[in-house]
Amino acid sequence: MPLSTLALLASFTNQVSASPKLALLAVEFPYWATTLFKLLMAFIAVLIPAGGTVYLYLFKMVSFMQSRLGPMEAGPYGSLQLMAEVGKFAQKEDIFPARADRFVFAAAPYVVLVSTFLLVLVIPFGPDAAFANFDVGVFLALAVSSLSVIGILMAGWASASKYSLLGGLRAAGQLIAYELPLVLAVVGVVIQAGSLNLQRIVQAQVEGEIFGWGALGNPFFLTQIIGFFIFLVAVQAELAQVPFDMPVAESELVSGYMTEYSGFRFLLFFIAEFATANIFAFLASVLFLGGWSLPPFVTDIFGIDSYSNAMNVIGPIVMATKMLLLTFVIYWVRFTYPRFREDQLQRFAWKFLIPLALFNIALTGFFKVAL
Amino acid sequence: MTATQPNIDRRQLSYIAGQAADARVNVELEAEGMTLNIGPQHPATHGTLRIVVRLDGEQVIEADPIMGYMHRGYEKLVEVRTYPQINTLVNRIDWLGSFANEVPFILACEQLMGIEAPPRAQWIRTLFFELSRIANLTLFLGDMGVQLGAVTPVFYAFRDREHILNQIESATGGRFHPNFDRIGGLKDDLPAGWVDETRRALGHIRKFCDVMEDLIVGNEIFEARTRGIGVIPADVALSYGLSGANVRASGVDWDLRRDSSNSGLVYDKLDWKVWTHPDGDSFARYWVRLQEVREACHMVDQLLDSIPAGPIMAKVPRIIKVPAGEAYVATENPLGEMGYYVVSQGGLEPFRVKIRSASFSNMSIAPWVLKGTYVPDVITILASLYFILGDIDR
Repeated sequence: MPLSTLALLASFTNQVSASPKLALLAVEFPYWATTLFKLLMAFIAVLIPAGGTVYLYLFKMVSFMQSRLGPMEAGPYGSLQLMAEVGKFAQKEDIFPARADRFVFAAAPYVVLVSTFLLVLVIPFGPDAAFANFDVGVFLALAVSSLSVIGILMAGWASASKYSLLGGLRAAGQLIAYELPLVLAVVGVVIQAGSLNLQRIVQAQVEGEIFGWGALGNPFFLTQIIGFFIFLVAVQAELAQVPFDMPVAESELVSGYMTEYSGFRFLLFFIAEFATANIFAFLASVLFLGGWSLPPFVTDIFGIDSYSNAMNVIGPIVMATKMLLLTFVIYWVRFTYPRFREDQLQRFAWKFLIPLALFNIALTGFFKVAL
Repeated sequence: MTATQPNIDRRQLSYIAGQAADARVNVELEAEGMTLNIGPQHPATHGTLRIVVRLDGEQVIEADPIMGYMHRGYEKLVEVRTYPQINTLVNRIDWLGSFANEVPFILACEQLMGIEAPPRAQWIRTLFFELSRIANLTLFLGDMGVQLGAVTPVFYAFRDREHILNQIESATGGRFHPNFDRIGGLKDDLPAGWVDETRRALGHIRKFCDVMEDLIVGNEIFEARTRGIGVIPADVALSYGLSGANVRASGVDWDLRRDSSNSGLVYDKLDWKVWTHPDGDSFARYWVRLQEVREACHMVDQLLDSIPAGPIMAKVPRIIKVPAGEAYVATENPLGEMGYYVVSQGGLEPFRVKIRSASFSNMSIAPWVLKGTYVPDVITILASLYFILGDIDR
C-alpha cells in the first residue's frame, strides 16, 4: 500500500504543477504565492477545525453530557484552554523509553500526521477552492488514509512496551479490516456520480434530481443511506473511536500505541487523531451531504450561481457546518457507547458491514441501470 | 509452559511468574508467550493491584494476582489502640462504603461486652449501613461502564452518589469516613429535616438506576461484552469462598443480612428480598448489584418511615474495657461478607483482631476464572468481581 501510494503521488505531481495559477476571487496569483498560500491554507484547514472540534466537542459538549462544566478558567468560558494544553505539551520532557528504537519512535507521529495532511489535499472547499483537483480524488483519499496504519505500527513496535505492541497490532488488524467497508461504501457514491473526481461528485449532487424534484439537488445520503451508514461506522473504526477503540483501550492497554509517548510527540498524535476525524467528516460531507454546495432552492432564493466565485467563500463555511454536524455524531457515539472486543469488531466488519456494502453496490448498480 | 499442559505444577508456575515479574519489565517476546504485568500502576486496577498474566497472543494462559502493595498493617495496628480508636482505623478498609466497615467490629465488641444498642440506634445503624451500600454500589454501576469503554456513566454515578454522601455528611460530619458507630449506640442523633432530604436523595438514586438500566444493561455491546464472560458456577464460587453479589450472581441464595442471627441490625423487621441470578457471568454480577441498589433504596424508605423514638446510646462505661473472650461477627457488606474476629484479654486494647474482608476472598478466584480468557475480558471480569484495593490489602 505505501509504495503504490507514493507512486500514485508521484504521478500526480505533474497534474498539480500543470495548473500553476489559482483563481480566487478573480485575482491571479503567481506560482510561488499560490504554493505558499496553499501551504498556509493546508495548515489552517487541518489545525483550525481540529482545535475547534476539540474545544467544542471534546471539552465542552462532552462535559455537558457528563453533567460537568469543562474548562472554565482559561479565557472567557475556557476558550483559551487549548492554548494552555498545547503549551503544557510543548513544555514537557521528550522521553524516549530506554530500549526504544529511537529513530522509528521519533518518526512515527510524523508519519501519522503526514497521512492527515495528504488527506486534506483532495478535499474541495469550493468550486475553485481546492488544493488539487484530481480525477481520481476518491481513490487517492482512501489510499493515503491507510498510511497512518504504518505510523501506528511503527509507534507500537518502537516503543519497546508490551502495551504499545498489543495496541499497535490491534490497530493494524482493525484498520485493515475497516478499510474495506470504507472503500466499498464509497463505491456506491462513485457509481451514482459516475466519477472519481470529488468536484464532479459535488456537481452531481447539485445538479441531481430526486425523481424529477431538484429543489434539494440530490445529496447522496438520501439515495446512498446504506453507504452513508457504513461509511460513518467505518470512519469511527478508522479513527479508533469508541465503540471501536480497542487499539487505545484506556482501561486495558493504558493508551495503546501512544502509551510511551510524552510531550510534543504525544501532541502530534493527538492532533492527528482529531484532525483526521475532521477530515473524514469533510470527506463524508463531500461524498454524501453535497460538499461545499448549498441546496439549489437556497441558491435560487439568494440568486447565487452554484459555481460562482462567491461560493469559494461560502463553500468553506458550508463545509465547516457539515463537518461540525458529522463530528458531533462521531463524538456523541464516542462518549456514549462501551467498546467492542477485538474479535467482535472483526466479526462486525467481515460478517456484517462488508456483505452489506456489497449488497449496497449491487443495489446501486441495479438502479443505475434500471432508472 | 504451553497451553496444552494446563495441569502444570502450581508452585512452579507462580515461581516463574514471580521471576518474570521481578526481573523488571522484560520486553522480549518469548517463544511460548509473553508475560504482561497489569499493574500495580494501571487504570483498570483502581489502585495498586498487580496481575501477572502469561499470554499466548491475547489469550491468558495463567494469571496471578499479586497483592500487598497497599498493605497498611491494620491487624497489627489495632493491637495498640483502644476500642474507640480502632473504629477510626477500620473506616479506611472499604473506603467507598465506610460506615459498613464499622458495623461488624462494633457488633463484635458489643457481643463481648454483653451490651445491646437501643432500638433507635439499631434502626439508624441499619439505615446508614444501607446508605453506605448505595454509596458503594452506585460507583460500581458507573465504573463498570468505564472499564468497558463507556466513560459517561461514571460521571452520572459520581453526581448522584453525591446526594447520598451529602446525607451521610450532614448526619455524621464525615463524608467518606463517618466514624459514627459507637459501642452501645451512635455518636449523634439525626439532625432536623434529615429524613425528608434523604428521601429526596433516594429519588436521585432510583432515577440513576433507571438510567443505568437504559444506558448500560440495555446496550447490545455491553451484553456482548459481558454475557457468558467469566462464568463462575455456584459450586466453584462457594469453594473459593466468594461472598456478596458475586455468589448471588451464581445463583446461590445466601445473604448474611437475612441468614445471620446478629442482633444490633433490624433487617428482620423489613420487607425485602434477596436478588439472585442463575447465570454466574459478568452480566449477572452487574445486574444483581443494580437490583441490590434498588432494594437498598426500598429498605431505606421503610427505615425512614419507622425510626422509633428513644435514646441513641445504651449505658456504656466511660472507659471501655472489653471482657476477656472471643467473638466473630460477620455482616453483609457492599462487597460481600466482612467479619471481625476479636480476641480480648480484658484490657483496653484487643489482643488480636482478624479481619475477614470480602474483596480478598473474592480475588482468590481470579486465577481460576481468568485462565483461557482474552485480555479485554480480563478487565471485564476484574471489574465485575468488584474489588476495592483497601479491602484486599488491609
